[in-house]
Amino acid sequence: MSDNDHDNGHGHAHEEHEAGYYARRIRAMEELLIEKGVLTEEEVRRQIEYMEARSRANGARLVARAWVDPEFKARLLSDTKAAAMVLGIDASGPVEFVVVENTPQAHNLIVCTLCSCYPRAILGRPPDWYKSLNYRSRAVREPRAVMREFGFEPPDGVEIMVHDSTADVRYMVLPMRPPGTEDMGEEELAELVTRDSLIGVSPPREPARVG
Amino acid sequence: MRFKPGDRVRVHAEAKPGHVRTPGYVRGKEGRVEAVLGEFRNPESLAYGDPGLPERPLYKVSFRQEDLWEGYPGPPDDTLSVDIYEHWLEPAREETP
Repeated sequence: MSDNDHDNGHGHAHEEHEAGYYARRIRAMEELLIEKGVLTEEEVRRQIEYMEARSRANGARLVARAWVDPEFKARLLSDTKAAAMVLGIDASGPVEFVVVENTPQAHNLIVCTLCSCYPRAILGRPPDWYKSLNYRSRAVREPRAVMREFGFEPPDGVEIMVHDSTADVRYMVLPMRPPGTEDMGEEELAELVTRDSLIGVSPPREPARVG
Repeated sequence: MRFKPGDRVRVHAEAKPGHVRTPGYVRGKEGRVEAVLGEFRNPESLAYGDPGLPERPLYKVSFRQEDLWEGYPGPPDDTLSVDIYEHWLEPAREETP
């Protein structure tokens, strides 16, 4: 699954052409907005830096801390922005965040059927497949089949809870801590937290077996 | 706030054009209020340059997958929840568990 939202020079000729067209159109709009005094170059640059400072790693740190610290976990579930701030992640803004917890009884899956709403202020840009019509239409009506395609078969008796983030709230999954990680520290645990596990299409990595 | 967690609600079935955030697949369906998410500006007018005021209460409403899709391929406990603004909701017609 490619994580590239922009032309990286390795796509098909057709894709490069499309990216070129949209990139040119966006640049033209940006120049107009700057010329008319709606935006400044500085604001555009700052916003790009803001988005690029956000990534899966932020979500992984939040999850790893929640796995080792029950008080932090309670805060992450009740007030996500405040919990993020504890780790220096500034998710302030008009959008609200809700973290949903996976348990042995229930597994959560996030989708935005209407567009591509995603907890960008924490995780940055969503993967391309998250924005695809295929994922958006199927995650709501056959979530188990979608997970199976990601190599994940929820155990029998586990209820699937799909969250369609259609409005002003962005959702992130708190996955279950994998078995066999009792001796691992927070940083090591964070390495196990994949982007896909924060969306809920699959569980986190399990630790490599040694010996 | 017109509704509280636990209330049974029905989503309006109307087909409204514009920047509507209520997905078509839940319109006319019945679900349960799971949480009150706060009050937000109305996207249906906000998207067209209007301030979107007054703010509208937003609810997390959960549905049984079986009630949404005929022949849903999964167990009856599976649920789906959608965030829906108050003006799209009315009390469910009959009290079902």
